Amino acid sequence: MRILSFRLNGDAVEVAAPDHWTLLEVLRYRAGLTGTKQGCDKGDCGACTLHVDGRSVLSCLTLAADIDGREVTTIEGLVGPDGPDIVQDSFDHTGALQCGFCQPGMMMAARQLVSENPAATRADIKQALSSNLCRCTGYTKIYEAVERACGLERERLGQG
Amino acid sequence: MERKVINRTHGSEAPHGSFSRVGKRARKVDSMAVATGQAVYADDIQLPGMLHGKMLRSPHPHAKVLSIDTTAAEALDGVHGVLVGAELPVRYGVIPWTKDETALATDKVRFVGDEVAAVAAIDEDTANAALRLIDVQYEVLDTYLDPRKSLTTHDPAIHEDSRHGNVSKHVMLEFGEVDEDLASSHAQVTDSYTFHGTAHAPIEPHCAVARWSGDGVLTLWASTQIPHYVHRTLASVLELPAHRIRVIQPQLGGAFGGKSDPFSHEICAAKLAMKTGRPVKFLLTREETFYTHRGRHPMELKFSTGCDASGKITAVASEILIDGGSYSSFGLVTTYYSGQLLCGPCHFPAYRFDSTRVFTNKPPCGPKRGHGSVQPRFALEIQLDRLATQIGMDPIEFRRVNWQGENVTTVNGQTVTSNGFLQCLDDVERACDWKNKRGQLPANKGIGLAGSMYISGTNYSVYPNDMPQSGILVKLDRSGLASVFTGTSDIGQGCTSVMATIVAEELGLRLDQVRVTTSDTDTCPVDLGAYSSRITLMAGNAALDAARKLRHQLQQAVGEKLGCSPGQVLLADGEAFDRDHPEERLTSRDAFELAEAKFETLVAAGSYNTPERGGDYRGGTIGASPAYSFTAHVAQVEVDTETGEITVERMWIAHDCGRAISPVAVEGQIEGSTYMGVAEVVLESHEVYEDETLPEAGLHRRPSLLEYTMPTTLDTPDLVALIVESIDPEGPYGAKEAGEGPLHGSLPAVANAIYDAAGIWLTDLPFTPGKVLAALRAKAEADAAGGTP
Repeated sequence: MRILSFRLNGDAVEVAAPDHWTLLEVLRYRAGLTGTKQGCDKGDCGACTLHVDGRSVLSCLTLAADIDGREVTTIEGLVGPDGPDIVQDSFDHTGALQCGFCQPGMMMAARQLVSENPAATRADIKQALSSNLCRCTGYTKIYEAVERACGLERERLGQG
Repeated sequence: MERKVINRTHGSEAPHGSFSRVGKRARKVDSMAVATGQAVYADDIQLPGMLHGKMLRSPHPHAKVLSIDTTAAEALDGVHGVLVGAELPVRYGVIPWTKDETALATDKVRFVGDEVAAVAAIDEDTANAALRLIDVQYEVLDTYLDPRKSLTTHDPAIHEDSRHGNVSKHVMLEFGEVDEDLASSHAQVTDSYTFHGTAHAPIEPHCAVARWSGDGVLTLWASTQIPHYVHRTLASVLELPAHRIRVIQPQLGGAFGGKSDPFSHEICAAKLAMKTGRPVKFLLTREETFYTHRGRHPMELKFSTGCDASGKITAVASEILIDGGSYSSFGLVTTYYSGQLLCGPCHFPAYRFDSTRVFTNKPPCGPKRGHGSVQPRFALEIQLDRLATQIGMDPIEFRRVNWQGENVTTVNGQTVTSNGFLQCLDDVERACDWKNKRGQLPANKGIGLAGSMYISGTNYSVYPNDMPQSGILVKLDRSGLASVFTGTSDIGQGCTSVMATIVAEELGLRLDQVRVTTSDTDTCPVDLGAYSSRITLMAGNAALDAARKLRHQLQQAVGEKLGCSPGQVLLADGEAFDRDHPEERLTSRDAFELAEAKFETLVAAGSYNTPERGGDYRGGTIGASPAYSFTAHVAQVEVDTETGEITVERMWIAHDCGRAISPVAVEGQIEGSTYMGVAEVVLESHEVYEDETLPEAGLHRRPSLLEYTMPTTLDTPDLVALIVESIDPEGPYGAKEAGEGPLHGSLPAVANAIYDAAGIWLTDLPFTPGKVLAALRAKAEADAAGGTP
């Protein structure tokens, strides 16, 4: 058992957890943030994707002990003072959310792409999301959602 | 007893001249909670004092259980309960005629992964440690991993009290003079096809949480698509009155048919909660979900189809061997569906199917999207293309010539009402530029078509009863909110939004003025669940029934207030007004208050039961549906003749769903179904090691999402979904199904496109590079010998 100190969705937190626990377990079963999902628990599906220091990682393969002192953002943390993030809004708007279980991870991967490359093409989007499995949608409406979010991001940046 | 038909025909018209909610591209009513991570799935439920359950599973495919010693496990610190089969001896199964499962092994294990004992402990690690302390003695039995062996041998039988050895179900039905008509056909094709097993693999693993409260009420939260059948099963197996059990389906992370059986882990969670007095959660690992399975049945199919010189089909005959795995599940229905659902969109004058489902010592098969009919559809649609090729007819033209028409009775006695298949053909033909592509694409690229039909719910109720198949409650109150209570299971397909849309349409409300509570057996009337593509038609009709009763009350109350007749009152966009004097408007909240004052508390119940349908013979109602959907698929593929790899580049899918109540959801079902079908052609395979002499016999070959090779974004073709709306007299506003039909043609369309690309007919799924190269070599040899393959 150890005490972990890190920033979680902007707040400084301290969580006690067994040494062998993953970040995913700590979030879901200690921190009470169940938005991040466990689909396979071995790095195959991407449902547990979240951001550590702004980069996408698989929380089921991240040892919680490694998170000490770092900044973790989950799907809950994407919601800002003005409401849901443009990625969340776009996934809802285009009908990309069927069962939704893969989508927290999908949206976190998409958020990184939208931030880094708001001019992303369909091919860029396919590449960026290729580590996240979805079983419901055939991905089509997910691409549309990310394209919409990229457009909103470009608008926000004044790039039309 | 006379079957009660309830509210057969609602008409397809908009209640107020034109639709204001139906058919509009709207957001789902409940998905922002999903987008923001707030939606609560089963594993998100944490209850005070909750214990973690784990299952001990059989390492043998077939064995007698001689003894189970749980002493050491029970003594382990942190273990609160251990459960063995003797404590849960009541048999169950989703089909009441074939109850052959127990929650835990009572005498035998029948597949690697069969449940033997269960443990509840303070955490997962302790539960796993306890499992290792349980000592089970087995006597290993002769194993059946080849369905052909099960057909001929049954000593020892997998289910020893079976009257038919290892045969789970046999159905032979013949309509017309099949052999004579085949023999006298102008052209005929006979061939064998192999359909492999595949898994549903929803991203959410199965999970159940049970709580036994001090007042003697058992609550189960489960990732199920059939809360009602789970409710009935718990009552029976736990020997508890059903009224002391509450089953709730929380947000569900995908199902596809894989969560439509009552499961051992649900029963064990409940029993351990009762035994320990503490809440208990079972969360299956991904590997366990591959063993729990209930996936698509492997089938060996022998098909013969004939046609006359004009291309008209003369007769179809099939002989099908179905590998059922170790238990019955829905297998009785699967066996019928392997034949009964093929008689459209093409007309068969004569038809026979002879299907046999056998038990093997493998994970049990069950219903996967397109239950039982995806496999024979694969064989048939390839045969139709072969016939068209033989007589020199375009494959689309061949389907047009054979189209059965609208309002017809099929050769097996099913009633087809609306039928938009011709429109589906036209739409895909145009969208894919068929006339400029078929036979004309560059070398090794090709294009192919397939057609299909599917049920919108079925007359055959899983257990015989005269009650409605779907019930719903709608409550209006002075807050201005319409509350809807329905037993329907939203498994991601969006039926919650469909119910809200129908109620909003009828009552002239905005979608935010309707809130829907689903799948809680305490608060919602019974709906049988999310299977057989039944919800939009059945629960949709029930919702219309309830909402119309309330609309009439609102119109009366508002008419009195405005001094006009009730028929003059329009309800639209949250307002009520006299259609001739629209300047004076009430809010819908005002209207609710007036109606509540006039009629007292405003609640209406709605119900639906199917009309009389089906052939007049044993099994004639299985596959009988109030309405059928139709689909046409076109696939464009490239065959790499060096590596044998097939790339499915693009799929065009036109689906006749009747009225599209939620077009975005319909497109999502078309795209998701087709993705899943294409995955079954080229990538996915659910297999165990079948060599009985090996120690790993019966073990799953690839029980992970990585090894199972589910398609990523990079493996999925471009999907072009086209909606066709043939307004059906039976559906709510004319709606039919969209969730399963658009899977069927994906597979044969790819097969037919491969013929166009490379001149080879592939018949054994999945189409792996080795099979492709072998077929290309065989063709090259035949070509060199001067023959035609």
